[in-house]
Amino acid sequence: MDIVPLLKRLSETASPSGYETAVTEVIREQWQPLVDEISLDRVGSLVALKRGQGEEPADGRRPRLLLAAHMDEIGLMVHQLVAHPDEAGYGFLRLSSLGGVDTRHLYGQLVTVHASGTEPRQLTGVIGALPGSLQPKGRQGKPYGYEDLVVDVGLPYRQLQALVAVGDVISFRQPLRELLNGRVSGKALDNRASVAAVTVCLDYLQGRRHYWDLLAVATAQEETALLGGFTSGHTQRPDAAIAIDVTFAKGPGTNDAVSFELDGGPALGLGPNIHPGMLQALRDAAAALEMKVNTDPHSRHSGTDAYALQVARAGIPTAVVSIPLRYMHTMVETVVTSDIERAGRLLGEFATRLESDFIENLTAGMMDDK
Amino acid sequence: MNELLKQLTEAVGVSGDEKEIRLLIRDLIADHVAEWRVDALGNLIARKPGTGESSLRVLVDAHMDEVGLMITDVDSNGTLQFETVGGFDDRALLGKVVQVGPQKLPGVIGARPVHLLKPNQRQEIVKVEAMRLDIGAKNKDEAAGKVKIGDRAAFVTDYEEVADTAVGKAFDNRAGCAALIELLRGEPYPFDLYASFTVQEEVGLRGAQVVAYDIAPDAALILECTPAYDLPNEKDVSPNVALGRGPSIYVMDAGTIQDPRLVSHITRTAAAEQIPFQIRQPGGGGTNTAAIQKTGPGVPAATIAVPGRYAHTPTMMISLTDYHNVVKLADAALRRLTPELLQHR
Repeated sequence: MDIVPLLKRLSETASPSGYETAVTEVIREQWQPLVDEISLDRVGSLVALKRGQGEEPADGRRPRLLLAAHMDEIGLMVHQLVAHPDEAGYGFLRLSSLGGVDTRHLYGQLVTVHASGTEPRQLTGVIGALPGSLQPKGRQGKPYGYEDLVVDVGLPYRQLQALVAVGDVISFRQPLRELLNGRVSGKALDNRASVAAVTVCLDYLQGRRHYWDLLAVATAQEETALLGGFTSGHTQRPDAAIAIDVTFAKGPGTNDAVSFELDGGPALGLGPNIHPGMLQALRDAAAALEMKVNTDPHSRHSGTDAYALQVARAGIPTAVVSIPLRYMHTMVETVVTSDIERAGRLLGEFATRLESDFIENLTAGMMDDK
Repeated sequence: MNELLKQLTEAVGVSGDEKEIRLLIRDLIADHVAEWRVDALGNLIARKPGTGESSLRVLVDAHMDEVGLMITDVDSNGTLQFETVGGFDDRALLGKVVQVGPQKLPGVIGARPVHLLKPNQRQEIVKVEAMRLDIGAKNKDEAAGKVKIGDRAAFVTDYEEVADTAVGKAFDNRAGCAALIELLRGEPYPFDLYASFTVQEEVGLRGAQVVAYDIAPDAALILECTPAYDLPNEKDVSPNVALGRGPSIYVMDAGTIQDPRLVSHITRTAAAEQIPFQIRQPGGGGTNTAAIQKTGPGVPAATIAVPGRYAHTPTMMISLTDYHNVVKLADAALRRLTPELLQHR
């Protein structure tokens, strides 16, 4: 399947945390033909079911694997409307973060203000600030912060006031661009790259037999609360779950940190958030595909929906499959399509290898003293 | 949609490498001028014949170069080192997309992810020397095959209009270029009008100096886009000029006292023609006037500018009404210009 056009639509669709409707529709359109059932849950996650095949289980309940890829993105929110120099002048918007925004990248960015006024509209805006020489003394020589930055939609204050309210959502605007070597750069690739990988997985499973039911979930509000991870772990009653997310790729600013080469294949999480048997099964699936995978150690929180899924209900065996990404939480996040394709195939292969006794063996493995 | 502003702002022309914008402007003016030529530095100079009523030689100038980056080295892992061409706030560069070299390869400027920063690092400005440009190359050889040392890189922004404002890159000074093109396309003036689309303004007013020597005009009018600082602020910081309040007329800046006769001619013209205008508060900055007025025996010169917010970023903003009024005011001031005006001190 052609990943770039899919990724372009996913990346360019504006859906900050809590306001995922637009991207939900794009994903529904992509997944619908590949699954048996698809619906929105009560917090806004999109849940797709692809039924397992083969002999009916004795107890009538087929085991369920949940794949969680969060679909929300970081963004901004209107904090205050400001008139300058007075109400007869232009209007400007002060900002708050929606998710973990790196404010160092905000000055000079294009945004869309999702204006909630009597007639909801999308307004093009730019993020501006006074030049250093005109900043208050205490603010000079530092990255621009929310004290300094405004969104400017080029409208007089009185018009702005009729259109925009405090709390309106602002999304980043940056077209997806193709760099060399299948690398692409744009906004929201954290985590639309993983949504694309799950799409590849569903495509891989067309015409392949898998015994387990597969639940593909595009989760809501991961960036702010892991919300879709908690709730889908509860409502979908999975027997095992994998979060698909992005991890740090090697490149400018990360070479001294735990990070992975672009085009080096997916990274598999290892740590307290990961069931060792799940990790082993993923490695076995990679070996069957002769696919190179890396190990991404996290000593505590994996920073993904797996953190929520692991403790849903009475506990769920979880794993994390990560796609290396440069410049996380910026408008120029960069991934390579080959890593997305590999992650998708790995998930698909993993799903086909799940048999009825998988959980039994997983549990037995925890007591194996060899 | 103002097609002229769209074409001009989306074209590339970083200081010292203005070929693309020069060719575009040549195509836009060729049918409206008697002659055009390119000088030793790359300035595009055109003559629009007058009616012959006046013997004045008048130069109207707009610089066509824009700020950008220059590639200075290639790292072993294929990322590019760069320097800025023209004045930049380092804070304007992170998270931006640029187009590199004649092939316009997309490149991005990222940084260490915020997740990996210590609290004190979040309060530090990333210096341009520490930034890298990423075109997706895997190693030095691949990058060196795609990009040459010295290649320029410019911002990429699609021109857009929002209500009365326009958003895009390089309004400084493609707004001035567009206004000058409109003058060339209009009715003849009483005198021959010399138009210069100059190079290298952003790196020291280099192009204007030689044009003024070459043309030796009796008077010069500079069309510019001047930074507008009309943003909310804690204290009463002078806004300099404000969007929507009309053409900005320079009186004094870091490099020049604009010719007082021309300044009052322009303001009187604006009043007579009922065109709104604002005097740019005296202060820093500067325009090609500084180079032109000291050329040869000296040239009386003045500047009319379109106010623009967020200069030297990929996302500048101007008022289209201001822009149209700059065209109107420049046109009217030229038509009312007489030799007598310049004889009185």
